[in-house]
Amino acid sequence: MALSDKELKEIAYLARININDELLPSLKGELEKILNLFNKLNSVDTTEIEAMSHPLNLSQPTRPDEITEEDQREKLQETAPSVKSGLFLVPKVIEGDS
Amino acid sequence: MKLHELSLKEQLNGLIEGSFSSTELTEHYLNRISNLDKDLNSYITVTADLALQQAALSDERYKSSKALPLDGIPIAHKDIFCTEDVLTTCGSKMLSNFKAPYSSTVVNKLSSEGVVILGKTNMDEFAMGSSNETSFFGPVKNPWNKEYVPGGSSGGSAACVSAQLASAATATDTGGSIRQPAALCGLTGIKPTYGRVSRYGMIAFASSLDQGGVLARSAEDSAILLESMSGHDPKDSTSLKEEVPSFLDSIDSSINGIKIGLPKEFFERDLPEYVESSTKEAIETYKNLGAEIHEISLPNVDLSLPVYYIIAPAECSANLSRYDGVRYGYRCEDPKDIEDLYMRTREEGFGSEVKRRVLIGTYALSAGYYDAYYLKAQKCRRLVANDFSKAFESVDVILSPTTPGTSFKSGEKSNDPIEMYLQDIFTIPANLAGLPGISFPCGNHDGLPLGVQLVGNSLQEAKLLQAAHQFQKVTDWHNKFPEV
Amino acid sequence: MTIYNESWEAVIGLEIHVQLATNSKLFSGASTNFGALPNTQACNIDLALPGVLPVLNEEVLKMAVKLGKALNANINSPTSFARKNYFYPDLPKGYQISQMDKPIVEGGFLDIELEDGTSKRIGVTRAHLEEDAGKSLHEDFEGQSGIDLNRSGTPLIEIVSEPDISSPKEAIAYLKSIHSIIRYLEISDGNMAEGSMRCDANVSVRKLGSKELGTRTETKNVNSFRFVEKAIQYEIERQISEIESGNTITQETRLYDSQANTTRPMRTKEYANDYRYFPEPDLLPVVLEDSFIKEIHEDMPEMPTEKKLRFIKEYGLSEYDSSLLASDKDLANFFETVADESKSAKLSANWIMGELSAELNKENLNILNSKVSAKQLGLLIKRIEDSTISGKIAKDVFEKMWSTGNEIDAIIEKEGLQQVTDLSEIETMVSKVINENPGQLQQYLSGKDRLFGFFVGQVMKESQGKANPSQVNEILKKKLKE
Repeated sequence: MALSDKELKEIAYLARININDELLPSLKGELEKILNLFNKLNSVDTTEIEAMSHPLNLSQPTRPDEITEEDQREKLQETAPSVKSGLFLVPKVIEGDS
Repeated sequence: MKLHELSLKEQLNGLIEGSFSSTELTEHYLNRISNLDKDLNSYITVTADLALQQAALSDERYKSSKALPLDGIPIAHKDIFCTEDVLTTCGSKMLSNFKAPYSSTVVNKLSSEGVVILGKTNMDEFAMGSSNETSFFGPVKNPWNKEYVPGGSSGGSAACVSAQLASAATATDTGGSIRQPAALCGLTGIKPTYGRVSRYGMIAFASSLDQGGVLARSAEDSAILLESMSGHDPKDSTSLKEEVPSFLDSIDSSINGIKIGLPKEFFERDLPEYVESSTKEAIETYKNLGAEIHEISLPNVDLSLPVYYIIAPAECSANLSRYDGVRYGYRCEDPKDIEDLYMRTREEGFGSEVKRRVLIGTYALSAGYYDAYYLKAQKCRRLVANDFSKAFESVDVILSPTTPGTSFKSGEKSNDPIEMYLQDIFTIPANLAGLPGISFPCGNHDGLPLGVQLVGNSLQEAKLLQAAHQFQKVTDWHNKFPEV
Repeated sequence: MTIYNESWEAVIGLEIHVQLATNSKLFSGASTNFGALPNTQACNIDLALPGVLPVLNEEVLKMAVKLGKALNANINSPTSFARKNYFYPDLPKGYQISQMDKPIVEGGFLDIELEDGTSKRIGVTRAHLEEDAGKSLHEDFEGQSGIDLNRSGTPLIEIVSEPDISSPKEAIAYLKSIHSIIRYLEISDGNMAEGSMRCDANVSVRKLGSKELGTRTETKNVNSFRFVEKAIQYEIERQISEIESGNTITQETRLYDSQANTTRPMRTKEYANDYRYFPEPDLLPVVLEDSFIKEIHEDMPEMPTEKKLRFIKEYGLSEYDSSLLASDKDLANFFETVADESKSAKLSANWIMGELSAELNKENLNILNSKVSAKQLGLLIKRIEDSTISGKIAKDVFEKMWSTGNEIDAIIEKEGLQQVTDLSEIETMVSKVINENPGQLQQYLSGKDRLFGFFVGQVMKESQGKANPSQVNEILKKKLKE
């Protein structure tokens, strides 16, 4: 399994992790090794097999529609990197940019 | 006998009988920590003031005969469990300044049973690693030989219990993170059935695999602590609504007639001779205890490693997206725009193993690869789980070595992720199937301990603890401790 | 089908996000109230603190089942949640819990009424549950944006239509129909200005008769019915003119600018979005028992279409009146109270859509805040029907009721507005009028029949409008012949 630089950069962008160019070759090598591990699965016939996304075969429980949480803004923002007037501050977001 | 040499159960008896106070016991541990842990690095945070306050309260409760079930027992929490008003880092630079504003259910449950919290233990970053070398707070040393690793990811919990710097410790296991360090440090470690212990407040690595558990000196101590941690939690949708039996009550019963399965796929592996001989010796012990030994087959178990290394990274790639420098935790200096804030915060805040796994997981979920990797892995996961279901039709527990060998030297495998991943080949299958597993010491090679693993059917923790305890009644491996 | 430029047709699909009116959030116990101070309704789960886990709000399931049933759709059981991954500062987890493979509602339809009186069936592909994001406030905080996560985790249901809509008018009819349903079910207030109902429009154009779909664009977050219509209209015209001038349409997301009445493409990134949906491992598949679904279905109120049909049948109203009155639950309830009180459905409908609507519009009030209650309006109509007052006086009385808040009978009594129905009294007035106008009498008798109206008017004037016009007519005819 070979990864191109472009693919790796795209994945890194999707994961929002900056990668310095000089680290690309070694990282690519490591990831390719891991991807090669996965080849073992190719030979397994799974056509009739249902995917297992969870070890528990149970139904999701629910809770009643009640307000149980009170305002804890002060405590929850104690370790925030940047806060003003109760808002979390970030570099300017351009509207509609997502 | 010195206080730290007593087991958890003996300490509890001593407290009840008034032989010593919780404050004395706590001070004793705190002194040991300050003398010995600089070198071992098993704690990230020592909560001395909190511990002494809790111990004082505990002593008062003893005096007024209102003692709680675990009153005054000093334990350590893996730094993956959120602890209100205490630094909770998950071994990462990303959370190196994160004082949790709430406590996990595990912490709350144990506190309401009266335990004293000595501190938060070191771990591989976000529980990703098998050597405790990926921690932002530096590697942990194996108390048996400081050139060696304690295993991981619960390396700090294992090292501190092994070095007798806590009576026992909480831990978590996603692919072997309790059982592998238990084996490498000569401890008993149990990962219960998925859903037995609440995951609320336990920082997520791979949600469908993560499970909290215990690292302790014996099956008996593990039973005591696990019972207090277990039970349904409405805050965790994946928490089991099953009654928690008294684990301690059943451990003394004989295991005569228990059916132990030996998966041929595990024993066909090319293992070091000392691993084979120690495991064989353990099997002989069980035969002497009246166990029936059966060879069984888990035909798809070899798929476990690739399945795990797709599913765990896929889940972690999403679980770790919340570390974005916006609401808490690390933020890079002077971000020029929002993208720069994300890209550099996550570049600087995560270590290399975490980044590798996030990238692999992102890749496995991305358009064009989802079916080939993620979906395929989920289907193969079913095959592995089905093998276990079938096996448990004919046996009670499944025995294997816990790890492919004793501990390894620091740095020996840290540059080769695949070599490191192979540490968990015997432990990963139980996580994929959500089954309980226990590791306990069964030998020693060149001064380093070695463990044997039992995996049980769903909700069969009592049987695992019983089988381990019966083994420990006729063997002495669990009573050996390193000189520190 | 609307034909543009004589050779083009439009293909439109709508994605409507509806905020569900629960007390607490989809996965946490924090309040969903609108307008609280920033981040005071964002708990540790809404903030995506390390270690937190979602727990599902049961009420949301009930609301979704109601909607599904109202949309004639299947309810999936098990229905499951998935993570949709993307980074945005108002999305705390870096993924949104949504639904992918097994949405709770799938495969329904809605019949909408068109202006020409015909109806058209619009397919509903699916409706799925998901959590709302927070808000980024772009006012200047020293060149930064402020993030408020109060809205984060508020339950949404996204209703996705088939591309069965062919014009902006149809799009509005469909949107209004959905709006009416969610209000009927009381699962949302549907307030577009406050964002509790939001609409994205997928629009493409193709040559008339072509089977192939054109490239579509998605126009996002248009926040009023009128703007939805305008945005779609603009987008259709833009696409036609692009293609006609030899350009191609780019598949993209566009934003509607209501001030300029244009759409413009959103800033594109270096790499395409890839949401990497996968099953949410913190939540298990939700099994909805048949009994649960049945109970909810049986408890459901009458839906707009059923109500409309009943109004036609039970009250003998026209299709148009019924449809208008049934479109809004509160309006329909108001009408029923008025009609039951007055015993005259047609007159009730006329008064509600005439005088009452005019007053409401003048003061920008909604029906629930009407200054004349349904009961009082019903009584007013009853007083017309039982000839206590005339229709003309009724209008003045209504205005007095509206401005003073006084009750109808009190006004009639206080102002002495009671209609004169005493025959001898009317006869006296008629005689007086005839005697006082000999000239007109002469002309009338010589054949100027239209002067009859003059005499009626004079008698009504004499009675200060209180005489019963039909009695006046009758007596006048008789007296004039004498």
